[in-house]
Amino acid sequence: MSEVKTAENMISIKIDGQEYKAKEGEYILNAARANDIFIPAICYLTRCSPTLACRICLVEADGKQVYSCNAKVKEGMEITTSTSNILEERKAIMEVYDVNHPLQCGVCDQSGACELQNYTLELGIDSQSYTIADTKRETTNWSSILHYDAGLCIVCERCTTVCKDMIGDAAIKTTKRGGATLDKGLKVTMPKDAYAMWNKLQKSVIAPSNGTGETDCSDCGECIAVCPVGALVSRDFQYSSNAWDLKRIPATCAHCSSGCQIYYETKPTSIENRDEKIFRVTNEWNYVSLCGAGRFGYDFENRDAVKDESTFKNAIEAFKKAKVINFNSTITNEEALMLQTLKEKLGVKLINREAKAFQRFLNAYTQASGNSLYTTDFKEIMQSDFVMSVGSSLRNDNPNARYAFNNVQKMNKGAGLYFHPVGDTLIPTFGKTIEMFTHKVGQEELALLLIIKLFADADKLPSSVKDQLDANLVELLGGDSAKFEKSFEKMMKKKTSFSLMIGEDLYFHERAENIAKLIAVLEASSSVNVAMIPPKTNSLGVALICDLDSEASGYTIGYNESGDFRLSALGDGDLDMPAMNQQEGTLTNMHKRVTPTNAALEYHGYELNDIMREVVSAPKHTIDWTAHLPTAKGFKAVEFDTLPNGYTNDGQENRGYLLETTSKEVKEITVEKFSEGSELEGEIAYRCNPQRQFNDFSDKSHQIFEGFGLYASPAKAETLGKRVEVAFENGSLTLDVIVDDRMEGDIVAVPDFKSAENVYELFGESRYKTVTIREV
Amino acid sequence: MGLEQFKNRNVGTQNYKVLDLEMPPITAMEKFKQVVSRTFKPELFAGLGVTLREMINALFRGKMHTTQYPFEKLPISPRYRAIHEMLRLLESGHYRCIGCGLCEKICISNCISMDTRYDENQRKEVTEYTINFGRCIFCGYCAEVCPELAIVHGGRYETASEQRASFSLFEDMLTPIDKLNLQQEYQGFGAISSNADENIKKTPLAY
Ligand code: SF4
Ligand code: SF4
Ligand code: SF4
Ligand code: FES
Repeated sequence: MSEVKTAENMISIKIDGQEYKAKEGEYILNAARANDIFIPAICYLTRCSPTLACRICLVEADGKQVYSCNAKVKEGMEITTSTSNILEERKAIMEVYDVNHPLQCGVCDQSGACELQNYTLELGIDSQSYTIADTKRETTNWSSILHYDAGLCIVCERCTTVCKDMIGDAAIKTTKRGGATLDKGLKVTMPKDAYAMWNKLQKSVIAPSNGTGETDCSDCGECIAVCPVGALVSRDFQYSSNAWDLKRIPATCAHCSSGCQIYYETKPTSIENRDEKIFRVTNEWNYVSLCGAGRFGYDFENRDAVKDESTFKNAIEAFKKAKVINFNSTITNEEALMLQTLKEKLGVKLINREAKAFQRFLNAYTQASGNSLYTTDFKEIMQSDFVMSVGSSLRNDNPNARYAFNNVQKMNKGAGLYFHPVGDTLIPTFGKTIEMFTHKVGQEELALLLIIKLFADADKLPSSVKDQLDANLVELLGGDSAKFEKSFEKMMKKKTSFSLMIGEDLYFHERAENIAKLIAVLEASSSVNVAMIPPKTNSLGVALICDLDSEASGYTIGYNESGDFRLSALGDGDLDMPAMNQQEGTLTNMHKRVTPTNAALEYHGYELNDIMREVVSAPKHTIDWTAHLPTAKGFKAVEFDTLPNGYTNDGQENRGYLLETTSKEVKEITVEKFSEGSELEGEIAYRCNPQRQFNDFSDKSHQIFEGFGLYASPAKAETLGKRVEVAFENGSLTLDVIVDDRMEGDIVAVPDFKSAENVYELFGESRYKTVTIREV
Repeated sequence: MGLEQFKNRNVGTQNYKVLDLEMPPITAMEKFKQVVSRTFKPELFAGLGVTLREMINALFRGKMHTTQYPFEKLPISPRYRAIHEMLRLLESGHYRCIGCGLCEKICISNCISMDTRYDENQRKEVTEYTINFGRCIFCGYCAEVCPELAIVHGGRYETASEQRASFSLFEDMLTPIDKLNLQQEYQGFGAISSNADENIKKTPLAY
């Protein structure tokens, strides 16, 4: 990452006469914020492009008025954050925002956490000098989640910006308001920027960009999070609570491996029921973007658990005779360590399908590359300007990997290469220079070989790889080589840093080990940085902590999975366990970070640690295990209570700690030859969840509506009928056909979020299977 | 105000005035004389006369001064802070409370709680409201902060009951709809001052 490092060279600037350090190429606003200096700003969002909608961020830089969110710092620059002219502009801007703003602050869901109120007070606006006829602006529901009140909207465009630059859906845009036109005379009498801002404001409101009244998006709710006023709220939360009544519990989202920072916000359910309830989930939206599962899938707690001694005794008995523990990755590092301890002390076998596949892959990678863990993370990917993805359905597997892919296109004038057997109509809309390869299932190695061919230094390649590069890889992958060559040339223009993200398809692959070697070869011979998307929430943590087995039989304890004795946080097992929002502990996320999560809701039942204390020995609390996570694997021996969970003003992530990684020299790698003919043909099913669904817990949440069905592209769905039976080699499923209008091609997707359906059994060691489908 | 006068603990030098009092009786004879002279003064009959007059006034002339509590109650100041009332809008009869939650927030004893929701008319509906009168200290902050003069203190000071809960829900405090015409505007703490209009800067309107 040498390029990025040089871009972060520190320079000195002067703000209001004081000397400060700033990153070269940084916007003035961000540089000021990093130095804890306040400049008013409404429309700017960190990590997104400046829109210049509000113009309140005016400063004077080297004697010239500039917008601090849009002007970059230069060595020796002298910045004045406020002059009398700027103050006049700012005051006029706030007065304009207040013109016709409904006086319903008393009921508004922003409940005082409102930037319009804050800046109005900050600038001391106590009278109004402007007026204009109001336009009727209706409130509408954009989706089953989003509620938009056009009357409250100040058209700062933060929602549209985040949706486009970060999320990539671009589902909302500014549209005509049909407001009254400004009096021409104001152009002379009013401060200039305030006039320009008002002129634009009068003309626009926000609406779904597809022209219908409804948004076609992933319902992530980031627009709600960034809205500075109460114009965008979730329909579920609306008018249900004031912000100040809610207790914020800093936590880590437990739905996917991104492990996003979240706050669970709780208060008593109602006057009658004083039990705490989660009313909403919020985030530090300047630094982290959630998906719909994280934001709306929060009420999965195991409610009525109680301590029942006789079932607890049964559990102890079960553990004493257990031969196998079957679990999944929705588990904390501490619990994983407990299970590993059980293995060491009692000799039980540990089964965790997704983590096992990932562990096997990681081990093969470590052996081939000498790196203890993949070398880059998704924050670094966001800094690159050429991003590639192999082996992951980006839209579904990991929202933040997808956001990174999109953000690179939007912010870094980036280019992208996307390899996947399932066609996707959203990815190409992320940018102008994205090439998609909808290759055959089984050709993942070819994709990697193509990347090696494009980016590697041929001299550094082992002969076993070099030999394979002569084939026309582009054509083999289903592309047109002449066309690709041309567009690739365009893609490469002015590109300096390259990154690749790889996903679960590669871990669940017949030739996973060979693929891991190819990744090692790519890293050793090119400047491409590779990051891996762990399959599920804490798969990385489990893979590092537990010594997993691939096969086992005998008396089985299932933890949120099937078994002869079931521990379940869903409340349907033999012994209740706390759900992720009811327990504290740490998770290891795909950014190689160990982050803490806290209990938002009460839990009255037993925990895994209680069982540990009976069966073997254990400390008093689950979090007493935190300091004992294996340091040999990169964990640190630190106490849970010392782990921070937040961001600093310059956007640095100050959550938990980063795993320590090591790397050592290795021998030359020998890669097996790709054998043609291993591609899957016929009707193919892909194990893949719909957006916003990850596990039984997201499914339990009342605002996640995506069903357990067979997902298919519109064209494919037409041929299938309403309800079908999908027959695998070793079983079958009967599912409703659900259209995913962003899918393309003939491959159908079978979700795995319901553990009771045992979808992993049907797919075995692969993510793709040939199936027969018939209508029922 | 300074604290000097409180800090001056040297009471001995302060300017006490000594009253010019007679010496108290000392011997038994002196004491006896004092008792006799005080007992047989004609003022006694003046006093008895007043009592007799008032008795006649009360019993025969209908001029009774006793308040027949609990059948009668004395009027109390509008600023008296007794059990809360929830007022309604006079025109529509709709409850005034908009569910802003300011009373809940400001309440010093943390005894107000409310449930709200988004209703069919796109309004914030108050589905339930309660004050825990076991904790309320009748400080009046809630009435003062209320922007709608919806929650106010009423004159109902009898708070002895088996269950305080029996007058602490929304409907218990809300003006009964058939008594809307009897609803009094609140004059107490937090009410609009008589010169409010003078203190307001008007917002210009385009029409
Ligand atoms: S809805 Fe909110 S975020 Fe979007 S433009 Fe309006 S005020 Fe800004
Ligand atoms: S599911 Fe993943 S991307 Fe979504 S909020 Fe949770 S951790 Fe973040
Ligand atoms: S009078 Fe004071 S203590 Fe009682 S409810 Fe109102 S604010 Fe709370
Ligand atoms: S923050 Fe710079 S123009 Fe709005």
